[in-house]
Amino acid sequence: MNKDIIEIRWHGRGGQGAITAAKIVANAAFVSGYGGVVMAPTFGTERRGAPVLTSLKISKQKIYDLSPITEPDMVVVLDHLIVKEVDVASGLKPGGLIVINSPKHPDDYNFEGMKVATADITSIASESGLPPGVVNTGIIGAFAKASDLIDIDTLARAIENEFKGKHPQRNAEAARITFDNTIVGG
Amino acid sequence: MSKVLAITGAGAMSEGMRQINPDVVPAFPITPSTQVIEDFSQFVADGKVDTEMITVESEHSAMSACIGAAAAGGRVMTATSSAGMALMWEMLYIASSMRQPVVMTLINRALSAPINIHADHSDSMGARDAGWIQLYAENNQEAYDNLIMAPKIAEKMDVRLPVMVCMDGFIISHCVQTMQLEDDDKVKKFIGGFESTYPVLDTENPSTWGALDLQDYYIEHKRAQHIAMKNAKDAIKKVSEEFADIFGRKYELFESYRIDDAERVIIAINSVCGEIKEVIDERREAGDKVGLLKIRSFRPFPYEEIAAALERVKIVTVLDRSESMGAYGPLFTEIRTALFDAPEKPMVYNRIFGLGGRELFMSDIHDIFEENKTYLETGKVEKMFDYLKVRGG
Repeated sequence: MNKDIIEIRWHGRGGQGAITAAKIVANAAFVSGYGGVVMAPTFGTERRGAPVLTSLKISKQKIYDLSPITEPDMVVVLDHLIVKEVDVASGLKPGGLIVINSPKHPDDYNFEGMKVATADITSIASESGLPPGVVNTGIIGAFAKASDLIDIDTLARAIENEFKGKHPQRNAEAARITFDNTIVGG
Repeated sequence: MSKVLAITGAGAMSEGMRQINPDVVPAFPITPSTQVIEDFSQFVADGKVDTEMITVESEHSAMSACIGAAAAGGRVMTATSSAGMALMWEMLYIASSMRQPVVMTLINRALSAPINIHADHSDSMGARDAGWIQLYAENNQEAYDNLIMAPKIAEKMDVRLPVMVCMDGFIISHCVQTMQLEDDDKVKKFIGGFESTYPVLDTENPSTWGALDLQDYYIEHKRAQHIAMKNAKDAIKKVSEEFADIFGRKYELFESYRIDDAERVIIAINSVCGEIKEVIDERREAGDKVGLLKIRSFRPFPYEEIAAALERVKIVTVLDRSESMGAYGPLFTEIRTALFDAPEKPMVYNRIFGLGGRELFMSDIHDIFEENKTYLETGKVEKMFDYLKVRGG
């Protein structure tokens, strides 16, 4: 029986690459010694722009439960406007972490009893030379900083592997710059 | 080199196909099996396989091309889901009747209408009488292992039947999990070369395929398929043993999970079995004698073996992830048939769940074990047939 599972729910919009981001983190988690990794997207009738979510579970041991996450330890949000449409904190464990791609400061959010981290990834991504709107690699840097679960170098390597032939260095750089520019609230 | 990696179920199947390096892959994409063919076509484009890939205009054509290519003398594979396989229907029967050992990945998905892209077993259960061997998998490792074993099972001379390698759509096909990807050369060596029987392209020895066969011989040909399917049971066992010797993972016709001293058992197929195992472990810690019987081979169906495995069990809940409106679920029907001649029959009842991908959580599985506990205590099955987690139920 596996009681030692870290559950991370990812919220994004169709086409934004939340699932790819979670997949990259899954691969990096595995390389970092988490033998049990499950990344299970919840596919609906998604179209570009509609809110989507995916479940990422990581553990030192094998994971058998593949069902969607209902009580996450952490939530990652790729677009701060989703917070107005979806209850991203739904089921989040007390003291849980919410990482948001947002131009706002964590103190501007009011999630009772939760820890909030923000980074203005949309702006950072443009600085890294990525096309406008590419935020799914930057968010990995914010996740790394706020969660302190997986080393940023390992994550950057996983990003480069995933984006072979699609600006691997720029995408990895977006994660590194975001890592340095993430504000973690109290 | 053999390596452990994190990969989707669909990705695992395309890797398996790359290792097998089939002669021909005719395919038409359909969700959620598209990724298998997408990845594999990349391998073809990159020259990593020698496969002739045929992009056809429909699944009916895909299976027709599979049959033609196999009859010509090639090792043939494809992949599909749901409505895609429904469109193959006519040709599924022809593949098995012509005894072509085609191997097809079937990513299980609900059938329309209403349109739905998610997992249930309506597609494969509908095709249970099509004469295909059907293997099922709990996770991507098992699906990959089944795929590696499938050509060997299909191509045994006393079998020569097509194999459907099934896994749950999205839950497995799109789920990244860790698994062992075996060494390319070891896999190729395990499978060996393809031996064709009466290939059409052997012009020195001409043969006729698909000839008219009326009252005079048709039933003999059907009986021959039945015998081949019975032989498939031994072939699956034998190939699984060879696989275990080389790769270390052991498979039977079904998996018995903590049922030796179990009083109450759930029988199920595919991905839900992982959650059931977790729940069993939890309840076992509290001393509850519960277990799981997970079906791997649905065709051929291991009647006698299942009856023996359930010998000391007192109550059985059969979970079906498909419907046969006006009848019990297809798995339940087989299980009750298997138990009919048992000297001491357990109580047995049927629950339909998860149609169109409706999630079953671990708490729901606890509820099942609570229900069958009550049934066992009262000695009465209150509801023989019901749905789990359904409105208006």
